[in-house]
Amino acid sequence: MSTRLATGGRLVNKAHAMEFAFNGKRLKGFEGDTLASALLANDQMLVGRSFKYHRPRGIVASGGEEPNGLVNMGRGETFEPNQRVTTTELFDGLEATSQNHWPSLEFDVGAVNAKLSRFLPAGFYYKMFIHPRPLWKHVYEPFIRQSAGLGKAPKDKDGDKYEHLYAFFDVVVIGGGVAGLMAARAAGASGAKVLLMEQTAVWGGRTPVDGPLYDATVNDGPVDKFVDELLAELGEMSNVTMRLRMMGAGVYDHGYLLGYERVNDHKPKAKGPRHRLWRIRAGRIVTATGAIERPLSFAGNDVPGVMLASAVRDYVVNYGVSVGDRTVVVTNNDDAYLTALALKAAGLDVPAIIDARAAGAGALAEKAKAAGIRVETGKGIASVKGGKRVTGVGICAQAGEGAVTEEIACDAVAMSGGWSPVVHLWSHCGGKLLWDETQAMFRPDPEKAPTGAAGEAFVSTAGTASGEMELGAVLADAEDAGRAAAKAVGKTPKKAEKPKAEGVQSNVIQPIWMMPQGANVKLRMKSWLDYQNDVKVSDVQLAAREGYESVEHAKRYTTLGMATDQGKLSNINGLAILSDALNQPIPQTGTTTFRPPYTPISMASIAGEARGEIFQPLRKTPMHDWHEANGAYWEPVGHWRRPYTFRQSPGEEIGAAVKREINQTRGSLGLLDASTLGKLIVKGPDAGRFLDMLYTNMMSTLKPGRCRYGLMCNENGFLMDDGVVARLDEDTFLCHTTTGGADSIHAHMEEWLQTEWWDWKVYVANVTEQYAQIGVVGPNARKTLEKLTDADLSAEALPFMAWQDIEFGDVKARVFRISFSGELSYEIAVPASQGRAFWDQLLEAGKEFGVMPYGTEALHVMRAEKGFIMIGDETDGTVIPQDLGMDWAISKKKDDYIGKRAQQRSHMADPERWQLVGLQTVDGSVLPDGAYCVAEGDNANGQRNVQGRVTSTYYSPTLDRGIAMGLVKHGPDRMGEVIEFAKVDGTTVPTKIVSAVFYDPEGEKQNV
Amino acid sequence: MSKAVSALQGAVYQGYVEVREVGLVGMITLRGDLSSAKMKKAVKDACGVDLPGQREIAVAGDKGAAWMSPDELLLMVPYEGVGDALAAIEAALSGEHFLAVNVSDARAVFQVQGKAAREIIAKLCPVDMAPGAFEPGMIRRTRMAQIAAAFWMVDAETIRVVCFRSVAEYAFNLLKDAAEPGGETGLFA
Amino acid sequence: MLILECPYCGVKGEETEFAGGGEAHLKRFGPGASDDDFHGYLFKRENPKGVHLERWRHSNGCGKWFHAARNTVTLEVYGTYSAQTTEPPKDIKDKISAKVPGWSWREFS
Repeated sequence: MSTRLATGGRLVNKAHAMEFAFNGKRLKGFEGDTLASALLANDQMLVGRSFKYHRPRGIVASGGEEPNGLVNMGRGETFEPNQRVTTTELFDGLEATSQNHWPSLEFDVGAVNAKLSRFLPAGFYYKMFIHPRPLWKHVYEPFIRQSAGLGKAPKDKDGDKYEHLYAFFDVVVIGGGVAGLMAARAAGASGAKVLLMEQTAVWGGRTPVDGPLYDATVNDGPVDKFVDELLAELGEMSNVTMRLRMMGAGVYDHGYLLGYERVNDHKPKAKGPRHRLWRIRAGRIVTATGAIERPLSFAGNDVPGVMLASAVRDYVVNYGVSVGDRTVVVTNNDDAYLTALALKAAGLDVPAIIDARAAGAGALAEKAKAAGIRVETGKGIASVKGGKRVTGVGICAQAGEGAVTEEIACDAVAMSGGWSPVVHLWSHCGGKLLWDETQAMFRPDPEKAPTGAAGEAFVSTAGTASGEMELGAVLADAEDAGRAAAKAVGKTPKKAEKPKAEGVQSNVIQPIWMMPQGANVKLRMKSWLDYQNDVKVSDVQLAAREGYESVEHAKRYTTLGMATDQGKLSNINGLAILSDALNQPIPQTGTTTFRPPYTPISMASIAGEARGEIFQPLRKTPMHDWHEANGAYWEPVGHWRRPYTFRQSPGEEIGAAVKREINQTRGSLGLLDASTLGKLIVKGPDAGRFLDMLYTNMMSTLKPGRCRYGLMCNENGFLMDDGVVARLDEDTFLCHTTTGGADSIHAHMEEWLQTEWWDWKVYVANVTEQYAQIGVVGPNARKTLEKLTDADLSAEALPFMAWQDIEFGDVKARVFRISFSGELSYEIAVPASQGRAFWDQLLEAGKEFGVMPYGTEALHVMRAEKGFIMIGDETDGTVIPQDLGMDWAISKKKDDYIGKRAQQRSHMADPERWQLVGLQTVDGSVLPDGAYCVAEGDNANGQRNVQGRVTSTYYSPTLDRGIAMGLVKHGPDRMGEVIEFAKVDGTTVPTKIVSAVFYDPEGEKQNV
Repeated sequence: MSKAVSALQGAVYQGYVEVREVGLVGMITLRGDLSSAKMKKAVKDACGVDLPGQREIAVAGDKGAAWMSPDELLLMVPYEGVGDALAAIEAALSGEHFLAVNVSDARAVFQVQGKAAREIIAKLCPVDMAPGAFEPGMIRRTRMAQIAAAFWMVDAETIRVVCFRSVAEYAFNLLKDAAEPGGETGLFA
Repeated sequence: MLILECPYCGVKGEETEFAGGGEAHLKRFGPGASDDDFHGYLFKRENPKGVHLERWRHSNGCGKWFHAARNTVTLEVYGTYSAQTTEPPKDIKDKISAKVPGWSWREFS
């Protein structure tokens, strides 16, 4: 069993006990524990079930590479699945539950998959569920969905807070082991601005654990003293920022780096953000990310109790936790001997070290033997006994096929297949790798680093991440990396400090990709490469046989290294097996692509502050609060919210409210908040000439004091915006745009002025938000305004399509006599800061006329009754003004305007193009929006031919029937003809082609 | 009767720094030839400061001028003084090609004040806010979360942020969220 | 995420401050142009693997359009320059030549 030892545990504070719960069981740990060490201390080796076969799985590792220990944490608004036990710091009151099993962790129905595993090889799902096709949708897919996914998605809103932080550094060092500390010191000493981050809660990395076990010294002192000295030095440097609990999540183009800081994960009741995502720009990035130990591929290597040798010694040294009383060590390198020594030193039993190398270890072997440990060389493990926990191992000759020569009883196995440098961050942005034959590892190729904005290498590696495995070389490499980084950002490094490091020397590793070397198929089917995704040696071999020769294809076929593993534990072993099966050298097979993030980061940290009320900007007009308080039923228009209609009571039907607003406006007086319309000032001696190019009409002939409606096309000829242009003076125009066009048309104008006609003397300013703009609309509009000003508002003084500056008391306004409703109408622009006050005055003045504000729907219906087009309804980016019968708005006198040449292209000038007409259903009903007009026969795809479509359709309260506009082939020539529009139910609606102007065709209502 | 009011009417939030809507500020967008002597005079006449250099802001009391682009300045004067300032500009630049327009009501202005003011901006804008990289006298137009904004430092602990009026509430809530106690980063401490 | 330097305001900003505007140095064809010339202007675009000349706008900044000479493979930025020109300046062309000998892009090399 695994348990807490009476002594030891350099990271735990036994004076501070903490309570936590796992699957409802109340357990005890200490401050400084990870959830993994605390679970092991309580003999909770079994933590989950594998993804495919639901095999019982225990903790394998002690760091971010842990594949099995993924649990649900918290509840309600703090619930989160897939939290890694090895990287979760214990806190008082922590609640975790295991996942991927039913009904319980101990007894799981899904484990039947394991019995069927012969029938569930790689590619099973692809092969099995493809036939017969009809079963996919109703049988296979629901079944697969049910069993898909690791953990369950949270149901509640995330109750925590998250944020971003933009930070800029000369040098960022990732990894707080001895190499990272050295590199940061070297860079910091040059005066460079340095950030040093470490993903765990402690500095120093592996060295303080391993160093004492191989008698390592630095400058003749113990390694932990050296670490303390480095930390003290760094602490003195004001130009060095140090962060624990912060992971380098991803390296991107031009020195962009994501740092994932887990601010409050370990103190969930604290105020402030839970995670902070640092969006860093670094001059140089030094990855001192160390290495990850590889498992060995022997049969039964997934039975709980089989762990990485380094993890076994981490638990005993760092946390005072023994994973078993009797631990067999199996290895192909010297490093695992340290585990045996550590266990022995803690008073635990190590029945044997099984070393696959014929020559065995060097000086460490002598140390082990001196400690009374039996060492077997040239041997391997043929089998592991036990189901939910190791009970023993069968020993065999590594060179053979797996005949068991001896069985050794044990309750834990510590394995080491060698080390793989963590090259993820190096590789994210294109750093290339070398295969190091001697050390059997891929390591960064310093000649092929990722390059940045100036073509410079911007990532380097330090220490073990570079592939250095001896302490002296690690420290020297890190010093060099730090100095080189400082130099690259223009600093002068101090004299190099290369500490003297000594310790017991190691013998060379012997690559062992399969154990034993000639393992038969039965063994290979039980030799796991990827614990999380249940990929075995036999699966990769099958993939190779079936032709998946590319490592990327084999990965996807077998799911090797997918999900949270991302190649951390499984990569090298898997591709070595693949290479062997393909009979090609490992570098020829290569690795899969390393993609960010290094280990998963929370979705909420990516969103940062963008949630809740600041999920996205919400634009508000000066009258927004009045609308909110007066029953506005909101419609999103870009980032604006505009009232669709105003409900007089919460029970009022939307349609009824719209009808009421229209009848009131046509009958007496309505108010419209038109503040969102774009307003652009265009000024300069060439302003008229410029607007002549921008609009299809002639604008240069407009007289000051007058307004003209204009159309704007893009260079493709398509209609993109419309609005009323007012000439303010000889040099100055005010262009109104649609609500959505304010920013884009401003940008459009600047683009042409800056990039095509840069010698034209024109300045543009966007004054959209300077004004609150209010439409005062209806037969009583003039009477209402006359109550507020002495100015002459008569038709003679201020005729239709004119504007004037008028003062309403202390409000200085610009009044435009324009109409989008067909009624007597004034659009009044006042300073935004006085908008609400003026709105209130108008409501007061209009009281006697029953004034009502109206929303966008009433606006739409009234413009449609008048046959006015709406950008985005009648246009969709493929419609030219000629389609809309708007030739009257296209100047024939101009040589050029934007879009003119395009409108001469053959397809644009084609008389067969659909043309705008009014549409009136025979039965008075309202046509469905977007409905197509059917024609005789079918097209090449067997679909019904069409000859037109509806662009706008409404119920008109004024006419008490449906009205619509649409584009119809030869429409204007077919007045009075009845055509058929298709409904989704297959029936058609007989509809008469009529004029688009349904209401007051003579304009008598607005010309008063 | 029709008193002018700013978008948030002086809203205040006290977090680990203080966030405050400053209220109405007179603002003029002035476009023209920034190298001309007449332009220098116009700026001096309107707000009593020298024409600022690239990405600089010149402040004198309650007036100031900020460089917005190679042909654009943002002039700041008391809200009631915009008319006079515009008249001074028109007089100084008479006969020139220029554009001067009142944008006082199109903007919202915030003040972020406290020792940690720099890091509040660093949480929202992709700009190096470290001392030395950004200092009083500079102005930066950029992106603040999802909106366009500009900011400058009044002094070592005071930053002013200007954005469009319609997004004033969003901007205030962003700054407020960033300033909530417990969010201290200590990045520039 | 790229870093670009706006030649107008001198800001070295991240990509989110800018907006891409497609191929640089297009010559406008208007009324009177042949169909071929007009279609070339409207539709035909370079899509090189390597050196590219592009238009960008400092949209969340000074608002100015400018040109950038950039490598679409390595993402190296050779330089940014004024929008008010019909060809890349010599110093930028020289810089590209030093890094990518024998490069060409439309009529430039």
